[in-house]
This record gives sequence, C-alpha cells and structure tokens, in this order.
Amino acid sequence: MFGDYSIGDLGAIFAMQGFAGLILFSVYVLMALGLAIIFGQMGVINMAHGEFMILGAYVTWMTSNAFQHFLPSLFPGYFFVAMIFAFIASGSLGMLVEWAMIRRLYKRPLDTLLATWGLSLILQQAYRSVFGAREVGVELPDWMMGSWQATDAIQIPINGMFVMCLTILITIVVAYVLFLSRWGKQVRAVVQNRVMAGTVGINTEKVDRYTFGLGCGIAGVAGSAFTMIGSTGPTAGQLYIVDTFLVVVFGGAASLLGTIASAFTISQAQSTMEFFLSGSMAKVLTLLAIVAILMMRPQGLFALKVRK
Amino acid sequence: MIINSRFFNRSELIGFVSLLLLLVVILPLALDVFRLNLVAKYLTYAFVAIGLVLCWGYGGILSLGQGVFFGLGGYCMAMFLKLEASSVANTKIQSTPGIPDFMDWNQLTQLPFFWKPFQSFSFALVAILLVPGIFAFIVGAAMFKRRVGGVYFAIITQAIAAILTILIVGQQGYTGGINGITDLRTLHGWDIRTDHAKYILYFVEVAFLFLAILIAQFIRLTKLGRILVAMREQEDRVRFSGYSVANFKIFAFCAAAMFAAVGGALFTLEVGFMSPSFVGIVPSIEMVIYTAVGGRLSIFGAVYGTILVNFAKTSLSETFPQLWLFGLGALFIAVVLAFPNGLAGIWGDHVQPRIDRLLASRTKKSGNGGLVANGAPAE
Repeated sequence: MFGDYSIGDLGAIFAMQGFAGLILFSVYVLMALGLAIIFGQMGVINMAHGEFMILGAYVTWMTSNAFQHFLPSLFPGYFFVAMIFAFIASGSLGMLVEWAMIRRLYKRPLDTLLATWGLSLILQQAYRSVFGAREVGVELPDWMMGSWQATDAIQIPINGMFVMCLTILITIVVAYVLFLSRWGKQVRAVVQNRVMAGTVGINTEKVDRYTFGLGCGIAGVAGSAFTMIGSTGPTAGQLYIVDTFLVVVFGGAASLLGTIASAFTISQAQSTMEFFLSGSMAKVLTLLAIVAILMMRPQGLFALKVRK
Repeated sequence: MIINSRFFNRSELIGFVSLLLLLVVILPLALDVFRLNLVAKYLTYAFVAIGLVLCWGYGGILSLGQGVFFGLGGYCMAMFLKLEASSVANTKIQSTPGIPDFMDWNQLTQLPFFWKPFQSFSFALVAILLVPGIFAFIVGAAMFKRRVGGVYFAIITQAIAAILTILIVGQQGYTGGINGITDLRTLHGWDIRTDHAKYILYFVEVAFLFLAILIAQFIRLTKLGRILVAMREQEDRVRFSGYSVANFKIFAFCAAAMFAAVGGALFTLEVGFMSPSFVGIVPSIEMVIYTAVGGRLSIFGAVYGTILVNFAKTSLSETFPQLWLFGLGALFIAVVLAFPNGLAGIWGDHVQPRIDRLLASRTKKSGNGGLVANGAPAE
C-alpha cells in the first residue's frame, strides 16, 4: 500500500495526516477534559455530555449572529465573548442538573447513565424545537479563513491551528485549577475521601456542584470551538459521546495526563489509517484496538494509584 | 399445575395469567392486523428485556450492547431469508443472478464465503443462537476473567455496538450497508407478508416469549439465580466462598445475548427486513430503558414495560412528534429517580400491599397477610 507513493510524497502525507490528527486530537481533548472531570473525578456517567457541548455551539452561533447584527465592527473578536457565554450557559445548566438530579444518584453510578440519557433526549428535542432540525454553521471572521502554506505539499488550515492553541490554553487552565488552586485541591480531597474531606470542613455538596458545573462548562467551550471547524445539529452530541468515553477510559479515568495521551494516540492512529483505508474501516480498527487494549489493561494507560 | 408449585409466587402468577390473557386473547381480538404486527414488533424487544432482567437486574451487569446481539440474531435470519428470496429465477435481471440484489449493485459476482452456509435453514437456526452466544462468550470471558465490570463493561459494550454498526454500514457489498437486508419474502416457500402469515407469526412469537419467560424464571429460581443475586450484592464474598464469579457472569451475559438474538430473529420475520439501525448505541440504550421502566427485577414487568413504552412511543410520536422525546426523557429520569424498580416496583411496593390489606380486612382473616413480592431489595 505504500508502493505507489515516493518518499517525499509519503513524508508530506504523514505530515498532513499528522496535522489532521492534531486537529482531531484537539477535538478529543476538548471533549474529554470535561468528561475526565465528571466521570474520572466524580464517577458520574454523563451521557448528556454531548448535549452540553451542543449547547455551547448554539450559544456561539447566537453570539455570532448578534455580533453580525448589532456590533459588526467587533465581529472579528466575537469568538472570545462567545466562549465565555458558552462556558456560563453550559456550566449553569450543569449545576442545575446536578442539583435537580445527579446529587441523588452518587451512590448509583449506573443509574446516572440512564437518567442523563433521558436528559440528553430532552435537550435534543429542546434544541430541535428552538433552533430547528437543520444544522447551523457559524460564519468565520476573515482572519480565521484560509490556510498556511508550510511547504509546497503541506497546507495547514488556520482555524485548525486556532482550535489547537485554544485546546492547549484550556488544558493548562484546567490543570492549574485542578492541581494548584485551593478549590482544585478540595475537589481532589472530596474525590479521594468524601467523609474525611467533610470532616475537615470542606462543603462537599458545594464542591460536587461546582465540579459538575466546571465539567459541563468545559464541554460548552469545546462546543464553542467546534463551530470553528464544523456545523452543529440537534443530534450531533450523540456522535461524540462514545468516542469521548473511550478516550477517557483508555487514558485511565482519573488521570488528566492519561486523557491527553490517549486522545493523542487515538487521533493519530485514526487519521494515519484514514489515508490508506476507508474512513469507516480506520474507525473500526481504531476502536477495536482500544477495546482490545482495554480488555488487557482495564485500568487504562495511566492508572492512578488510589487506596480503596 | 403451576398454582401449587413454588415456580411462581402469587404476584408472579397474576402477572403470568394476565400477560397470557392480554397477548393471546385480548390483543388479537381488539387490534387489526397492522396494529397486531406492531405489537409483535414490540414483543421482539421484550426478549431483549427478559435477557436484561437476568443479566442486569439479577447479575448486576449492565450491557449497553444488547443491540449487537439483537442485530446478530436478526442478520442470521435475514441472510437465510434473503438467499431464499434471491433465487436465480427471482434475480434474472441482475448481472449476476442468484446473489442478493445489494451485492449485485456493489459489483460482487460471487456469494461471499460466510453467506454460503446460510442457504441451509437448519444452519441458520443454529447460527441465530450460536453466533451471538459465542460472540458474547468471547467478549464476556475476555472482560470478566480480567475483572472488568460495572461502568467499564457498559462503556466497552457500547463501543462494540459502535464498531459493529460502522462495520455493517461500511461493508455495503457484504451486509447491505445502511439500508440493511431488505425485501424478505418467504420462509421455506411460505409468504411471510400476508395477513394470515402475520397472525400465525404473532402466535408463534407469543409462544416463544412464554417459553423465554419460563426459562428465565427457571434460571432465576435455581441456585444459579441466587448466586447471581449474591454476586450483584457482594461480589467479593461470593468469590471468597469459592464460586467462580467470572463464569457466572459469562453465563448471565451469554444467556441475555441469546434471548436478544431470538428476539432479533423474530423481528426480522415480523417486519421483513433487518438494518444496522437496530444494532447501534441508541437502540441498545432504548432496550435497557424498556427494562428499567418495566422493572429490572421483574421478568413480567420488563415485558409490560417494553409493550407500554413502545406503545406510547408509537401513539405519541404519531400525534405529538414534538412531545414524544420530552415525554420519554422525563420518563427515564422519573423512573431512575423515583422508581428504581420500575413499574413492577410500584406494583410490588405500593399497589399490591394495599390489595392485600383490602382482601385481608374483607375476609377478616389475619395471619398470612404479608405476602409481599419476593423481589430483591432496591440497590
């Protein structure tokens, strides 16, 4: 299968597919970061995670429309405002859901799966009723269009690079919040030993609510970033959810580093194979490999050592 | 005969008799053949639900990939029927007569090797049970021997459902792609599309359903079923008592897979086609929901739950297409939050004690008043 290409061609192919893989990697990381907090830290199986992302995407779409109508001069920078709105919208919806539903189910993780699946159905129908069944796309500002010509054979789209930078930024923020801030330490204390954390004066209920809200908020930002590279429909969230769970589980549920490493592995495998096989076969092989590795190593790539 | 045995307790007997009356007498008399065929379609999901009661309700293993087994069973049946429908005489206009039409469209000139055995009906029948059974055994053995369970098992089965769907859709020439295997006409020369055939198929299916209920009830009452419950509650203690937890889990998973496969095969017969839209993640989760709504600890509850949810789905989505998803979503949340044991739980916890009390006060007979359903306690 390599025979038809020269060495130079192959190099360019791998570079291009590598960059395509990096964009896919950014997408996976953005999706998985929120879930790594909700599922990895809190143990809640949030099947509505995709719908929180879509909410962020719709908020971005609305913000972009609003800017086009009312503040056309500021349109090139609308995205940064939209991201903040997306975070607030998804985060507050997340906190509401935690208060109404999730907090009653912490002792029954498998039931959170069913309940959040119900939530995802409701949200999907809500999007369909409010925004219509059609997919919506955001108009990009000029500076994000086009691509950067690295060499003759290699082209890198600017919006892809933008999403990549955004991913790096968000990852650093999340890592800082979880590992260095006072609040992040409280989160990890609650996760490791809820009773003891409560005893030393941490308000565990509040920590739970804000943790869930943070995870959902990051999902919203991820959705916001997606509008840069694709369009959004009411059921788009469902397409991502299994991939996202696999990324998180494959990396080792509670490990942030693992999530990033597994997103990298999966996206690179997928995009390199995609060039030589059909897209669906590449996906099948990637998923099969993940499942096989998970069967051999159920705790994932990077298992956190926790006393149980 | 059953009344005096300990096979069914009283509430289960009520469930059994009323289900028998409903399916054999009331529904066939009350519904026209189109509606009856819809009920038959719902009942195929009831097989999956019964399997899930064993595997999830009793064994505590939540599989989100039951659509895989439903689909495998259905495809085994569909492959046989398709080969019968695409005889050389029926497919004269194709460039290669004698192979299924979608293969011809995809420039296949020869029947693929794994289709060939399905020309034999007896092979197809065996395959309906064995293909999903063996597949479930491989998956189950690989996971349970390594003590993968709970959430991780659910996510991996989900991934398997995704893999199989992508594979079926992608390999159009071998599987019929996204349309699936359609235009199935006869079973051994007997036209399955006539009204008469639909009635007969319905009753055959109901007979299979009651057989499945009896088998599940039998499994539940033997020591095997009690070990399953013990495993769900305290897996380590069962292991320390010297039982091989993995083997019991594999058994429950395989049994659930086979129940689902029978449902899938009957589904193919009832509706005349099979497609990847019954294999993927969404249908798989819906099947879990039927069980949850009916009651994950009650075999009859699961059957009733399946019929009710599907009936609501059809009638609501006909009249209020907008409201249906809201209603369904709210139903899941309500069931999970308020009634973890589903409709059967409401019956056992709230309705039946009242009936008992009412009967006890009317007959003034004290003593054996506490005949409560012997369902296991809520998690």
